[in-house]
Amino acid sequence: MHKTEKDKAILLREMSGANVDKCMKCGKCSASCPSYDEMDIRPHQFVSYVQNEDVEALLESKSLWKCLSCFACVERCPRDVKPAMIIEAVRQMVVRQRGGNYLLPDEVPELLDEELPQQLLASAFRKYSK
Amino acid sequence: MVYSYYPGCTLKNKAQDLDKYARMSAEALGFTLEEIQEWQCCGAVYPMATDEIATKLSAVRALNDAKEKGQDLVTLCSACHHVIKRVNDDMQNVEDIRTRANNYMELKEPYSGETKVLHFLEVIRDRIGFDALKEKVVKPLTGRKIGAYYGCMLLRPGNIMAFDDPENPTIMEDFISALGAEAVVYPYRNECCGGYISLKDKELPGKLVDQVMASAAYKGAEELITACPLCLYNLKHSGSGKKLTVSYITELLAEALGVKEE
Repeated sequence: MHKTEKDKAILLREMSGANVDKCMKCGKCSASCPSYDEMDIRPHQFVSYVQNEDVEALLESKSLWKCLSCFACVERCPRDVKPAMIIEAVRQMVVRQRGGNYLLPDEVPELLDEELPQQLLASAFRKYSK
Repeated sequence: MVYSYYPGCTLKNKAQDLDKYARMSAEALGFTLEEIQEWQCCGAVYPMATDEIATKLSAVRALNDAKEKGQDLVTLCSACHHVIKRVNDDMQNVEDIRTRANNYMELKEPYSGETKVLHFLEVIRDRIGFDALKEKVVKPLTGRKIGAYYGCMLLRPGNIMAFDDPENPTIMEDFISALGAEAVVYPYRNECCGGYISLKDKELPGKLVDQVMASAAYKGAEELITACPLCLYNLKHSGSGKKLTVSYITELLAEALGVKEE
């Protein structure tokens, strides 16, 4: 069944467990974000996009691959909205689709070096692939 | 005192020093790290989406193993600690995840978050005590100026990790002081190193690491310590600015306790 934008917005609310309606638009999440300069859609905007059911733009956003899951936005949000959880839900929505993986096993050999920790490969696959 | 111990994938490979010096130091401090049998990789990042179940099961198995032995579960790697602690919180507090995770497994009895998860540093702070640690130091690190690099995963989210104050932690500084060195506090000690993004993106972690190094150096640190193999890797290999040497918390500890081989 084809999902509408509204369906996807509802799904994002469920998958993230974040209550976007609590956001008071203070911008502290984006102010705390170490990847802010690299993002096309910023953490505080992810919240608004879900509220506005504008999900396609989120699915296309390069911010999905810039978020570090460092939880600075989660920790510092005065309303406990958890923007990182929303970004994660969108990222999952992308990689769960066929052809949606951002990291493929074939890419890995040339990314390796002598000291690269297993932790980096494990976490990158968890974040970027299904 | 014997603790169940979850080393994780990296400590068996690129971060063997983190593991080795922990075991040696633990014995010197009077406790034993007993590796749990047949542990599986925790996945290195906590699966945040609320409908993720299978990706949490390796953590649940480790937690249940410790429960069956009646032991607390000790971790070292920041990522393992983060994942296992958060999954345990889910098993305690999120009925949907608890039910579905248990449905996947054939445990002797359902697991509901009974195990106490402790980071190695928490064992030292809460079970040994920094005063007792200080008394065990045979080679005090006098004169060394050491900055603690916390990174993200030990501290945040603070309400679940409950490791220390997420914005103004002291545990690693207290640890450094107990070993006889001078603990250097600097602003970027709990800012991200770039984490897993460094596999495909060198630029952003480079910028972040340069900020951490510059911040630590400006405050007078001459070296850094971390508990996280990925932080260590990024701090050493990303960025183009001034570099301080970075070592694992347990290497520093083993040195001060006089159990590190020369």
